[in-house]
Amino acid sequence: MMKQPNTQPVSEMMLRETASQTAGPYVHIGLALAAAGNPERDEEIWSEMAKPDATGEHIEIVGTVIDGNGDLVRDAFLEAWQADAEGHYQADYDLRKPFNSFGRTATIAEQGSEWSLKTIKPGAVAHPNGKLMAPHINLAIFARGVNIHLQTRLYFDDEVEANRECPVLSRVESDNRRQTLIAKREEADGITRYRFDIRLQGPGETIFFDF
Amino acid sequence: MQPKYNRFVTRDRNWHPPAYAPGYKTSVARSPQQALMSMQQPTASELTGPDFSHLRVGPYDNDLLMNFTQGEGLPQGERIILFGRVVDQFGKPVPHTLVEMWQANAGGRYRHKKDAYLAPLDPHFGGVGRCLTDDQGFYRFRTIKPGPYPWPNDVNSWRPAHIHVSVMGPSISSRLITQMYFEGDPLIPLCPIVQTLKDPEAVETMVGRLDMANSRPMDCLAYRFNIVVRGELQTFFENQ
Ligand SMILES: [Fe+3]
Repeated sequence: MMKQPNTQPVSEMMLRETASQTAGPYVHIGLALAAAGNPERDEEIWSEMAKPDATGEHIEIVGTVIDGNGDLVRDAFLEAWQADAEGHYQADYDLRKPFNSFGRTATIAEQGSEWSLKTIKPGAVAHPNGKLMAPHINLAIFARGVNIHLQTRLYFDDEVEANRECPVLSRVESDNRRQTLIAKREEADGITRYRFDIRLQGPGETIFFDF
Repeated sequence: MQPKYNRFVTRDRNWHPPAYAPGYKTSVARSPQQALMSMQQPTASELTGPDFSHLRVGPYDNDLLMNFTQGEGLPQGERIILFGRVVDQFGKPVPHTLVEMWQANAGGRYRHKKDAYLAPLDPHFGGVGRCLTDDQGFYRFRTIKPGPYPWPNDVNSWRPAHIHVSVMGPSISSRLITQMYFEGDPLIPLCPIVQTLKDPEAVETMVGRLDMANSRPMDCLAYRFNIVVRGELQTFFENQ
């Protein structure tokens, strides 16, 4: 008797989640068409989360993804999810809007294996305990050799007070590890830019979350 | 007053492949060594996610027979319908969620600037599709069956024929990228990437089934691939 897929109960009420597999080296074909060298469709989900008329402080975020050998990962694909300047998640993705809470990017070999996002600084979002979390961006990392995507948070180094009070960030006991979640501000060409390098393994390994 | 968000069923990380799976060699240097930090109390940042209902999807975006040349020429290979339903762990359909897919051509070659496999590109095949699930959670693509291809892992490793499938679900907590394999493919149990899973039942969740009832006579076969994303728990009680 052949088993029906995806109908294996873990309790009488529940199905098992479909299992994850690596996005592989060619994830760009499906989710980052230009990075694969392929033509784009009319609308693509990509890295310009904020258009010039979006409300808030306009920022650029750049970074790399580094493996356990200290080498740059040249085929990583990332997804960002963040609140708007008022601290609200805008679920409705619509490219006609000035700002979208969701964005995608990839490390591009021709651009120094860096990823980048054009966005606005997110506002603070309330934690269920009532306190405010410091401004942050959720990042998911997919790549060849990554069997299930890694989830992290990017915080900002110029939010010293808010970072200290953040109910999530303050749960990290190790100061060294907490630093792996904090993007460093750099002023360049009149643009406010933050750098956030993600270390998958080894010294300075980024904190990854389970939720 | 804070808005209330539903929680999700905890992700079973022994069911999914572990980060470190040495049989799949690339995972060795790309797997974190530190434990994941558990978000004890998920927040709006984890419990919300994008709704793509207003993404303007093109008429051929889910038709890989047509979308690369807009119908000027048909690709080589076995014509298939790939369809299924996205449901959560409680069996509740997930409507209007974005399903994206990409694949190699019938010869096992990807249209990607970094793929240099011997098999030729098909001038009529791109290999990308996307669509939103309907009110009942159903999605559908028309494509060709991809070929298996060799890759540098062991001396002679081959990927079974597969289609990469990406789904968002109701929140970034339900985000999932997987691969659909074809029922009966003898390469499935030999594949180091499939073998990153410990539980054969988990492998079964990634196998698309031949569905003769939904095939089109004299046209194409159909494969059904249902996708289960994390279940949303209803909030019965509040602390108060
Ligand atoms: Fe593949």
